[in-house]
Amino acid sequence: MLSAPLVLAASFAYLLLLFGVAHFADARGRSGRSVIGNAWIYTLSMGVYCTAWTYFGSVGRAASSGLWFLPIYLGPTLAMLLAWPVLRKMIRIARQYRITSIADFIASRYGKSRALAALVTVIALVGILPYVALQLKAISSGYALLTATPGEAHGGGPWWRDSTLYFALALAGFTIAFGTRHLDTSERHEGMVAAIALESVVKLLAFIAVGVFVCWGLFDSPGEIFARAAARADLKPLLGLGGESRFTGGQWFALTLLAMLSVIFLPRQFQVMVVENVDERHVKRASWAFPLYLLLINLFVLPIALGGLLHFGPGGADPDTFVLSLPLALDQPALALVAFIGGLSAATGMIIVEAIAVSTMVSNDLVMPLLLRRRQGTRDLSGTPLAVRRVVIVALLLLGYLYFRIAGEAYALVSIGLISFAAVAQFAPALLGGMFWKGGTRAGALAGLGAGFALWTYTLMLPSIAKSGWLPTAFMRDGLFGLALLRPEQLFGLTGLDSLSHALLWSLLVNAGLYVVVSLARAPTAGEAGQALLFVDVFERSGTGAAAAPVFWRGRASVAGLQQLAARFLGAEAAQRLFANVARQRGVDQIERIAADAQLVQHVETQLAGAIGSASAHAVVAGVVDEEPLAPADILRMLDEASQVRAQNRQLESLDKLKDDFMSSVTHELRTPLTSIRAFAELMRDDPAMDSEQRQQFVALIVAEAERLSRLVNQVLDMAKIESGHGDWRNEAIDLRELIAHALQTTREAFRERGAEVAVEQPDAVPLLHADRDRLLQVLLNLLSNAAKFVPPGRGRVVIKLSSDARAATIEVRDNGPGIAPDQQQYVFEKFRQGGDAANRPQGTGLGLPISRQIVEHFGGRMWLQSVPGQGACFGFDLPWHHEQTAS
Amino acid sequence: MSKHVLIADDEPNIVISLEFLMKREGHRVTVARDGDAALDTIRRERPDLVLLDVMMPGKSGFEVCQAVRADEALAAVKILMLSAKGRDTDLAKGSALGADAYMTKPFSTRELADKVRELLGPA
Repeated sequence: MLSAPLVLAASFAYLLLLFGVAHFADARGRSGRSVIGNAWIYTLSMGVYCTAWTYFGSVGRAASSGLWFLPIYLGPTLAMLLAWPVLRKMIRIARQYRITSIADFIASRYGKSRALAALVTVIALVGILPYVALQLKAISSGYALLTATPGEAHGGGPWWRDSTLYFALALAGFTIAFGTRHLDTSERHEGMVAAIALESVVKLLAFIAVGVFVCWGLFDSPGEIFARAAARADLKPLLGLGGESRFTGGQWFALTLLAMLSVIFLPRQFQVMVVENVDERHVKRASWAFPLYLLLINLFVLPIALGGLLHFGPGGADPDTFVLSLPLALDQPALALVAFIGGLSAATGMIIVEAIAVSTMVSNDLVMPLLLRRRQGTRDLSGTPLAVRRVVIVALLLLGYLYFRIAGEAYALVSIGLISFAAVAQFAPALLGGMFWKGGTRAGALAGLGAGFALWTYTLMLPSIAKSGWLPTAFMRDGLFGLALLRPEQLFGLTGLDSLSHALLWSLLVNAGLYVVVSLARAPTAGEAGQALLFVDVFERSGTGAAAAPVFWRGRASVAGLQQLAARFLGAEAAQRLFANVARQRGVDQIERIAADAQLVQHVETQLAGAIGSASAHAVVAGVVDEEPLAPADILRMLDEASQVRAQNRQLESLDKLKDDFMSSVTHELRTPLTSIRAFAELMRDDPAMDSEQRQQFVALIVAEAERLSRLVNQVLDMAKIESGHGDWRNEAIDLRELIAHALQTTREAFRERGAEVAVEQPDAVPLLHADRDRLLQVLLNLLSNAAKFVPPGRGRVVIKLSSDARAATIEVRDNGPGIAPDQQQYVFEKFRQGGDAANRPQGTGLGLPISRQIVEHFGGRMWLQSVPGQGACFGFDLPWHHEQTAS
Repeated sequence: MSKHVLIADDEPNIVISLEFLMKREGHRVTVARDGDAALDTIRRERPDLVLLDVMMPGKSGFEVCQAVRADEALAAVKILMLSAKGRDTDLAKGSALGADAYMTKPFSTRELADKVRELLGPA
């Protein structure tokens, strides 16, 4: 037994801690030192999946039916391990198109449909509201148990003395403070996420603390618990898959599937996993770390359940509260308080995130469309979305509280956890189909969702209300209108399934079936097809440059009109910033000079979507621009254009890079001889007494380097001319024998100096070749002077061999120099890559061979190198007698 | 005060000019023609100063610098990097890797001599 003020003080102290953590994280985020930007926080924030319903309820479920509590955790585990790529794709889509809720996601995919957004919001709202009530009930009954005021648990006291109400209001305050701080949803709710992550740690530690106490404090070991339970006939079945209900594979499958879907589609899960995600890469770690979290929090479920049953005896205490009643019964008030705080954290985490997610949907997709219909014109509405969200949050929590006061003990509330799951599972066909199938249409999604929701209501929600005694149960026994086929839990005569599996089977079957059939009945409109492409191919279409993404819009717009619209919803200052950014990106100096093109319209609409949802944003933008309707064929054409532009951009980028590399190499090559020239000149200047021999050597080196420099300049120009296609090519008849003789004449001195022999092997006559004589001479001179440089001094031997066949003439220059290592051979024709040993490398420019090869290729020939290190090198090229003249 | 200077550069004429300059300053000179030879010489002879070219065959000057700075025993070796790439990023990279000074080619021989004197200090 604990005193009420103590429990209240501890609870509110815990809430204050949450405020503190959230405030700290928000402040850090604003100063650019975010605390939530890592995969662990992301994983922990996913722990919001475990609510009070699971914190207390798992033990209750385990106490009545053994391992049946497990599917609720197996589902998410499977989903994360198998479907994390799906999650990553959702994150990418949401990021790319500024999607802020699951309603927005579905509506945006099907042509930004307001009707779909509204339907999804209604389904979420109906499914979630009782779930919020359930959390409040958990807090309330936990509090009552701790302080032993049973009246309050049943809502017996007057409402103004009910601490649960004040909790609800405090949570509304927290949610407003950290969930509706700003409108621009590209900024995330850092404080909220940090607080949620903390809550996940608190509930995990609290639950484990109770588990450890039960296993090793109350009993000697988990083994003892299981052994004693196995020895009792009434508890033995709980150790297996039996329990009250026998194991049925179908129901396990249904529950696991349900949990798989809801871990992604519950509004709060979508909020923390998709909207609040900071970095796609975090998904990878979460894919194993989140299942690990679930494993840890489930570790002690069965020991606590069995321990409670053994300790209290059958019917001795409500198994749903074993987590609290066991420590209390054993006089461990501190542990009981810790366990209560753990439950409180599970409940508050769910309420906060769900309230943010649902308020965004209700505001964007139900309230704003109504307001916009009534208030057309130009009035400033920039404060409205946030104000609406705040009101919705308070209303949601008050409604949840009301629901709990009215229906606190009813069946409808107790079973609502799974019923909620089944409601959001209806999103699966439209959402998953929309991400992977381009054929899905708005009509198909509406039909599927509508029918699925109707069946859910009829087969699951209405029976649960009837079981609570608020509806006559006749329709359940006899079917609607007395038609046995319409019995809600045995629809069309389907029997043998529990009510949940039955409802799930029918609703998902009809939902998915209608979605596909209705979608196939009609080809997608242009609007649907465009969004389908953007969603399904998001990884191909989203790039770094916004201009690269295709924009499916055509029409006329004015910058002033768009800016006015943006100011209306985002505020004048934010709108000014937005357009100034666009102007800067486009390189224009004034906002007025931005071109009001499709990209601009798209950009403004995306920004607005973050504030008021994509469906509303599309509608208000359509109101200020003059949009031309598109046909599906236009979409394909625009897509084509966009990919062409993207390909051209890539090409230009790579050309730019090549040019940069070339310039950087040229700069380096120019500076090298300049360095020597400057150094030698300065050395002579500073040392007038330098002896004349030394001076002679330096001057000779200066002259050599200056020659190298001018050669380099000429060759760079040459190269640039040839590469740009502006080379001046002549076409004359050439006798190759005469050309070789000319080249040998020119290089004779160089070979003589080097003490090298030159031999020529050639036929007596060859046909005339049509090409540019000077250019071919340049090639020959380059090969010969290379050979002269590399042959060993005094015993060099160079052979020029000319041969010809029907196709081409071939010239080879073979030397007996050091040769070229195999790993270097691929580089010799690259610019600025000189072969040979650095120490005694002759003074080349690194451009001779690349230019020679370009010349040979210009005349349709090839140039190659054959070399075995130590046995010399052989450079050769062939020139076809006839070749197609290239355009240059 | 004679010091030991290692010139690590693959351009023969630049080596000739640097060698002349350093000898005129009264230092003992060793030459390395590529990165690997430079590193070997530094480890073996522990020169007082290395004039280290960035673009060399084998190991680049940056790699040599990094290897030298990773070795406690070579902490006393001063490194002056020389590069024909005058980019700021290269300069930043050089100092990040622990070079004591960085000069771009073409350099002024007077400035280079001053810098060498400053690095070798009075000690």
